[in-house]
Amino acid sequence: MSVVQQLSTKHLLGIKYLTPQDIQLIFETADSFKEVLNRPIKKVPSLRDLTIVNLFFEDSTRTRISFELAEKRLSADVLNFSASSSSVKKGETLLDTVNNILSMKVDMVVMRHPAPGAPHFLAKHIDANIINAGDGTHEHPTQALLDAFSIREKLGDLRGKKVAIFGDILHSRVALSNIFCLQKLGAEVKVCGPPTLIPKHIHQLGVGVEHEVRKTLQWCEVANILRIQLERQDIKYFPSLREYSQYFGINKPLLDRLDKPIVIMHPGPINRGVEITSDVADSEHSIILQQVENGVAVRMAVLYLLAAKS
Amino acid sequence: MAFPIFAGMTSGRIILTSERFGLTIERLCQQLIEQYDGFENTCLVGIQTGGVALGNRFKRRLQELLGMTSLEYGKLDITFYRDDFRRRAKPLAPSVTEMNFLVEDKHVVLLDDVLYTGRTIQAALTALNHFGRPRSVALLVMVDRRFNRHLPIEPDYVGIVVDALDEAYVQVEWQEVEGEDRILLFADK
Repeated sequence: MSVVQQLSTKHLLGIKYLTPQDIQLIFETADSFKEVLNRPIKKVPSLRDLTIVNLFFEDSTRTRISFELAEKRLSADVLNFSASSSSVKKGETLLDTVNNILSMKVDMVVMRHPAPGAPHFLAKHIDANIINAGDGTHEHPTQALLDAFSIREKLGDLRGKKVAIFGDILHSRVALSNIFCLQKLGAEVKVCGPPTLIPKHIHQLGVGVEHEVRKTLQWCEVANILRIQLERQDIKYFPSLREYSQYFGINKPLLDRLDKPIVIMHPGPINRGVEITSDVADSEHSIILQQVENGVAVRMAVLYLLAAKS
Repeated sequence: MAFPIFAGMTSGRIILTSERFGLTIERLCQQLIEQYDGFENTCLVGIQTGGVALGNRFKRRLQELLGMTSLEYGKLDITFYRDDFRRRAKPLAPSVTEMNFLVEDKHVVLLDDVLYTGRTIQAALTALNHFGRPRSVALLVMVDRRFNRHLPIEPDYVGIVVDALDEAYVQVEWQEVEGEDRILLFADK
């Protein structure tokens, strides 16, 4: 039993604020939780005296279920809140909503919100630990952690690995968090997509920019394919989904032409036939379902380590 | 006569020397055989990390004595089951749990190096339940600090009994790890 370092932060607002040591610590703890999840009884009593609220101001399936499962596997009491069925509709402010919930003695807040920076705002005003489960087009730290954890599981240490992120980089919080996380772990990152969906100054983050799918696939060891976020697109960024899929979709013939192994990832939800075809999503290259499985272990690690900080 | 000062000599007092250590292990092995015979339907479970060094030794010696190779032996980490999580200044690093079998309906011998407050054993009993419902659980410890208990937990097999103040610290060292089998008593933690 050795004493470990703790996380350097009380909240998980974004990967930007984590150190590489923090990320390693999360991974090592997640390894232990992954073992727990393979036991007949997949539950440990670590957080039995904690209450956690899942505040979802935006729709979610995977992240929400994954967080809820992680919380329950750690024996925390869980409250679920979704904006669509709450007093937010009646005009309550975010801070009022959260303060009301916290006055009922809640210890941690997991929040998804359409406004970038919403969890940062909360962190300034309340005492509870806050975990960002996605804030607008800004960050989605736990997704990036589970993506990097899945790559580490498949290929080992991330140092020097080549990872390409395909698709709608402009509207994606997964892309930004992934870029921060992969770079902190020493991987090389390129983004690939139509020029309209790639932020203008993204090269300042130290990532390569490509517009040719075939060339990028040939370069990378891991291809992380993102969804076209139509719900965030207020103007037309490309002529049609059909054309997008023709030029930027990842399909079997493209992979067959590669002379090397490749790992295919997707944070979900998948639009089959748009950014990725079914035969690729379900192929032996794909670790999409492992990503989901690892999500629970990684979120358990984050919750556990943050709880230790409170 | 002045005592020579050896490099690496610690301030701890040796309370069990290497020779006595070997004898104690031997006695405990015989006691287990007396109770469990051929170890059918019986398994050893070492608690990480001190109990695992002990468990490794027992597994090896018992297999030699019984002339078998299939003694079931698991390593149990109880970090996530501790009752002092968020109550101590720093969290503890988890170790690996290697339980490749279920304890359902088996006799379990739980091993740890030092029995002190009893809280580790309480956590281990909870953790053990997650691998099935054992028929029985017995506790074997190398050191029993019998006057420092916080919980009504008693060992079934004991290496040595140490009566010491709360602030004292007992350290079990292993040939495989520290280079020598011995038990040391320190005045302060």
